[in-house]
Amino acid sequence: MMQNWLRRLYFAAVALFVAAPLVVVLGVSVNQKQDLTFPPKGFSIAWYSQIFTDPEWRSALIASVLLALSSAAIAVSVALPLSWFLWRRKAPWARIFQLLGVAPFILPPVITALGFLTFWATTGFYGAPWTAAISHAIFFVTLPLVTLSLGFASIDNSLVEAASTMGADDRTVARTVVLPLILPYLVSGYAFAFVLSLNEYIIAYMTIGFTMETLPIKIFNALRYGYTPTMASVSVFFVAVAALVFGLIAKFGDIRKLLGAMGSEVR
Amino acid sequence: MRREAPRSLADYGPLLYPAVMLIVFFVVPFSTMIAVSFFKRDPAGFYKTDFVLDNYARFLSTFFGSVLGFSLMLAVLVAICCIAIAFPFTYLLTKCSRKVQTVWLVCLLSVLSLSEVIIGFSWSTLFSRTAGITNLLVTIGLMSEPQALLPGFGAVLTGMVYQALPYTILVLYPALVRLDPTLLEAARTLGASPVRAFFNVVTPALRNTLVATLIMVFVFALGSYLLPQILGRPQHWTLSVLITDQAIYQSNMPFAAAMAVFLVLISLALVGLTLLVGRKENAA
Amino acid sequence: MSGLSLNDVTKQFGDFKAVDRVALNVPHGNFVCLLGPSGCGKTTLLRMIAGLEEPTSGSIAIDDDDITKVPTHKRNLGMVFQSLALFPHLSVGENIAYPLRIRGRSKDDQAKRVDELLKLIHLQGFADRAVSQLSGGQRQRVAIARALALSPRLFLLDEPLSALDAKLREAMQVELRQLQQKLGITTIVVTHDQREAMTMADLVVVMGEGRIRQAAAPVEIYRKPADAFVADFIGMTNLLPVEADGADRAMVLGTAIPGLTLSTGVKKAQISVRPEDVRLIAPGNGAISGTVTFVRDLGGTIETFVEAGGKTIVAVATPRERPNVVAGSPVGVVLPAESCVVLEK
Repeated sequence: MMQNWLRRLYFAAVALFVAAPLVVVLGVSVNQKQDLTFPPKGFSIAWYSQIFTDPEWRSALIASVLLALSSAAIAVSVALPLSWFLWRRKAPWARIFQLLGVAPFILPPVITALGFLTFWATTGFYGAPWTAAISHAIFFVTLPLVTLSLGFASIDNSLVEAASTMGADDRTVARTVVLPLILPYLVSGYAFAFVLSLNEYIIAYMTIGFTMETLPIKIFNALRYGYTPTMASVSVFFVAVAALVFGLIAKFGDIRKLLGAMGSEVR
Repeated sequence: MRREAPRSLADYGPLLYPAVMLIVFFVVPFSTMIAVSFFKRDPAGFYKTDFVLDNYARFLSTFFGSVLGFSLMLAVLVAICCIAIAFPFTYLLTKCSRKVQTVWLVCLLSVLSLSEVIIGFSWSTLFSRTAGITNLLVTIGLMSEPQALLPGFGAVLTGMVYQALPYTILVLYPALVRLDPTLLEAARTLGASPVRAFFNVVTPALRNTLVATLIMVFVFALGSYLLPQILGRPQHWTLSVLITDQAIYQSNMPFAAAMAVFLVLISLALVGLTLLVGRKENAA
Repeated sequence: MSGLSLNDVTKQFGDFKAVDRVALNVPHGNFVCLLGPSGCGKTTLLRMIAGLEEPTSGSIAIDDDDITKVPTHKRNLGMVFQSLALFPHLSVGENIAYPLRIRGRSKDDQAKRVDELLKLIHLQGFADRAVSQLSGGQRQRVAIARALALSPRLFLLDEPLSALDAKLREAMQVELRQLQQKLGITTIVVTHDQREAMTMADLVVVMGEGRIRQAAAPVEIYRKPADAFVADFIGMTNLLPVEADGADRAMVLGTAIPGLTLSTGVKKAQISVRPEDVRLIAPGNGAISGTVTFVRDLGGTIETFVEAGGKTIVAVATPRERPNVVAGSPVGVVLPAESCVVLEK
């Protein structure tokens, strides 16, 4: 009995810790005046519409969304054939590419950002918008790589063998058995990369910070040079989008399994 | 479809595009950065191609050395705090119903979308004198007057733990959710209370996972660039702050690159050391 | 049609021979069981027939077509895996229709065939159900239906009933045999359960350590085991040492067995006697003397354990022929010569 209460208390404490900043941000975002007071004075949801009406914020939003969409897609395009190859073939030396896929993400972002900065500067493409897409894609390639590796590993090999006994050649097996089974992992990998790219600051800053603004860049500038509750409303907006995306994944898929639970559990 | 070694050149096909992408866009930039660290600073442009060790020498001065020491210490502390909070939490979470787990996981994933800036801003509000936690404590009566808890080391620590916590939980989740429940049941039948079983059975069984997660959080914390600036005083600024400062504001790319390379080497060395110690323990 | 033939098939992993020069001819339409303890190579052999493993040497032919190098998906067989391998992302009907779908058959054709097969396995109306909604026995049948969808020339099953509970297993053994008889399809089943093999097979192939020990009809394997391994694996048996004495009589535990002879030149061997052939009489009269150690009354049969000459002999009788003994009784053991199988290997 005591344990039950202890557990609930612990969970409540963690929940409070995790939620506290969100409460602040939410509160700030509904401030009536262009002020960052907390608790909020007055109530206004004007700052939410600002994201779309103010041309600067809107272009930053569009830039962020486009960047996220494209970089996540590129990341998945790199991760898929790599994880497929590692699953399909016995090639221990290919593990090095797996390491390369994981490396950018586990290094401190500032280092990766710096690396990209010097690279684009040296190659002369510094400042072009697509450089951010590629930089983000490589930085985030780890995410779809991990989810897809998990997905491929979860395929029961006897399913593949059964399909071939029924007359399916390699291509057909890939199309009719493997692909449907890893699709949820593909989607979740894309979703992770997308959400993280939306909020990534330093790499975006170091690659295209001088030519254009994404939302995180704009928020940071707002923090330094001109407070406005819009930055809070943007954050709430982002969290809501993330919650929606992951909520949908949870609804149509098994998010526990996507995050590593095995399918055969009782709970 | 048999899992076998690649036979023809075509079999290597799928590897081509990822390999090219990773080599061109990761290995090359990284190598460039290492190369740049040996260059000379050019006040006019970015840098002049050269080979000098000045940057590394300057780095080994006491000032930058102490910053390095501080960064490492802070990262270790963040890692320990995160694990201390996340490990019991994730363990207990895996014991909850499917529904509860799903809700928590979606929430944690959503929180990941809070950028470092916003986290910094929120905690700076929470720790402020005018609108922070202390006001709440004063209302309850635990404190006499509100205080500003920032800028300060505690504030930086809290912010960074907050930022790393969702990642820690999500990394620990697969290992804990797959934990064999019969291990614990066996412990219980042998007389261990749930708490005792947790420390005596679960923790040792997951030692490798814990070490790996510690390393991951350590590296993650090492990269924190904004939070030390927003929540701390200059003495709390980490190496990452200095690196960015040198690269962008001081236009001293070679020096920034040198620090970055050094940081990577130190991280790798610490990681390697931890793994080595772990392996020795396992063997013994 | 000549059926399946295996010629000197060997599978080697490094130094280890999982399958060692197996030669077998399976007539068309036969039901064969590959029987043996775990690790005897039966599953590896089945997988080589399916093309999921490549033989290190030797060849495999179906109806005189050499298929050794033919990839699995071109061999036209149906296989049921131990885990059943039903596609979780497809419904029951979609699973069964899979072989037809990938060959481009029309939706109508697919639906018709699915209906036929569902009827055959007594699961009409289940086409739209999810696999996860089925019981173990139902899933088993769907796996069978799916394997048979394209009327393959060979039907392979890898320990298909091992996941079922005892009662269901027994029922499925009969059903499977009846199904096979109806369709007349050459079938190979891998199993470690000798009762299963005895129930279903026309030909039982007993394997041990990668080699075929004996391949014969069930009754013959039971009555005339080729060696001690087979004798011990199939049913209960008494394995006792036999020696030829000076007068060329066969001696078991110091007593001569009238009518039993060893081959010329063989001095020592083993005999296998089934418990139901062992007779217990009063001590003396040329019988082997022993003492009853344990009597096990199982209701339908009575097992009597007798200790004689350092060995334990088990006799089985029906309640009607119950021997009048209890633990501790001295008893005489008679081993009729015609029931003793001499194993000289």
